[in-house]
Amino acid sequence: MAGVKEAAATGGAQAASLDHQLVAFGVMVAFFLIAPFFMYPVFLMKVLCFALFACAFNLLVGYVGLLSFGHAAFMGMAGYVCGHAVKVWGFPPELSLLVATAAAALLGLLFGVLAIRRQGIYFAMITLALAQMVYFFCLQAKFTGGEDGIQAIPRGRLLALVDLNQMLPIYFVVLAIFLFGFLLIYRTIHSPFGQVLKAIRENEPRAISLGYRVDQYKLIAFVLSAALSGLAGATKAIVFQLAALTDVHWSMSGEVVLMTLVGGLGTVFGPVVGAFIIIAMENYLAELGSWVLVTQGVVFVACVLAFRRGIVGELARLVKKPL
Amino acid sequence: MFQLLGIAPQALFGQLLIGLINGSFYALLSLGLAVIFGLLNIINFSHGALYMMGAFCAWFLLTMLGVGYWWALLLSPIAIAAVGMVIERSMLRWLYRLDPLYGLLLTFGLALVIQGLFQNAYGSSGQPYEIPASLTGGYNLGFMFLPVYRAWVVLASAVLCLGTWLIIERTKLGSYLRAATENPALVQAFGINVPRMITLTYGFGVGLAALAGVMAAPIYQVSPLMGADLIIVVFAVVVIGGMGSIMGSILTGFGLGVIEGLTKVFYPEASNTVIFVIMAIVLLIKPAGLFGRAA
Repeated sequence: MAGVKEAAATGGAQAASLDHQLVAFGVMVAFFLIAPFFMYPVFLMKVLCFALFACAFNLLVGYVGLLSFGHAAFMGMAGYVCGHAVKVWGFPPELSLLVATAAAALLGLLFGVLAIRRQGIYFAMITLALAQMVYFFCLQAKFTGGEDGIQAIPRGRLLALVDLNQMLPIYFVVLAIFLFGFLLIYRTIHSPFGQVLKAIRENEPRAISLGYRVDQYKLIAFVLSAALSGLAGATKAIVFQLAALTDVHWSMSGEVVLMTLVGGLGTVFGPVVGAFIIIAMENYLAELGSWVLVTQGVVFVACVLAFRRGIVGELARLVKKPL
Repeated sequence: MFQLLGIAPQALFGQLLIGLINGSFYALLSLGLAVIFGLLNIINFSHGALYMMGAFCAWFLLTMLGVGYWWALLLSPIAIAAVGMVIERSMLRWLYRLDPLYGLLLTFGLALVIQGLFQNAYGSSGQPYEIPASLTGGYNLGFMFLPVYRAWVVLASAVLCLGTWLIIERTKLGSYLRAATENPALVQAFGINVPRMITLTYGFGVGLAALAGVMAAPIYQVSPLMGADLIIVVFAVVVIGGMGSIMGSILTGFGLGVIEGLTKVFYPEASNTVIFVIMAIVLLIKPAGLFGRAA
């Protein structure tokens, strides 16, 4: 997408930009380390879960140029699997997170194999339709609890050591999970594999003519993105002790698009900023009911028409370094 | 009474009729999407919301102004087409030089705004809309009971779809449209006002959606959510048919409606998902869609 290309083009020398990203990373980590002492930790944990979700989504749209409109399926399904594993199978949280992430990766493989057969606009429609199928499956399947969802999921003890029922321990566990996902994505983007992904985004026919098996690269990126979305969803299920239909609904897929768009498509830190803003906005507007929908829509329209680089994208343009 | 595969014929033909009606709406909506996509290169995500607005417009006309169904059938599509043309002139036209995905995002945002506004005003429950007096009642065909209104919807949509096909494939106006789809710059060089054509085309596609909304009003309730889930199914229909051919969109729409109806009879659990499953199978066998041109 055009904004992405511009953001990438402002790059210049790769080495010089790493310092900037290191500083930005330090600021982000410092903020999330101090924040729970003056902000409500549950709100921050929600932000962290959605930030990981948005970063995983951004890996696909920002660096491969594939707009998925079905990412809620991975997040929601992983939440259900995690809840089921903890509550029915009695798995410890760390194993449940793993199982749920694996389930999301598997679902991502199925989606990916089908969706990467088409490009651009069709890709978005196909992922949306497949996610709607998952939604109906979750509505009807026994283990998801239908309209009720899976409620009162026990948080348990991580590795039989950390008591997740206490606020600060669970906060730092969630922060660690987020940082793991964030750094994994960062590493992926800046690896030779990531360079090929960007080459596919910029010019797919040329990447093919250079001998890259484009479909395999796309599929691996899709599965990775799905798995990390699943990790975010599973973590969210443990934090909120709930896995529900809203997380599989298409509006959730739209929300993650919005977060990434507001923060900046194809920027490293944009999805985190976007997640923070959108979650904060929803918290403040919660009493207003369906005005949230209208506000989200207006932000969407405004971003697409006038603010396509997003917040971090604009910042990156100011400092002339990718962020 | 005879039985077919263990299913009472009333149930079978009843669901077949419902399938045909759903198919009519799929056809009308996917046809509009295909026409818009052809010229604007944009997938109109707000199509479902505009379909809902069409139904609401008919309901406003009836409850506030006392204007009946037949006038609504004419006035509502015109009103919604005007709304569509304003959207195209004021917003969409800034996106034509960008990646088409931005068009999808913008129209998605618009759909959220429209749906949210109507939900604020009318909640999520539906408003009833009476079947017009001249179309009430039904025929007893011996093997099933055929309500007049439902027969009318299927017939009217079929005529509309075929009419659109005729205009696009067989008239001079349609030939301009097809030419502009192939090469807008060249058509403009021949002195045809392509930007105005784009606006009118968007208005026409949106008008078709609104017309479908008016026809749907007496069958389903008029509710702010009526378009949201429908549009996703229509996207799947578009992926299955491929957007290359007008007739393809029409046939796929009706065909999938019927298949969905039959699934409701034989395996009700899958009736919500059967179209998505078909989409997955088509993608595996013929990725460009049944009537699509290979990329």
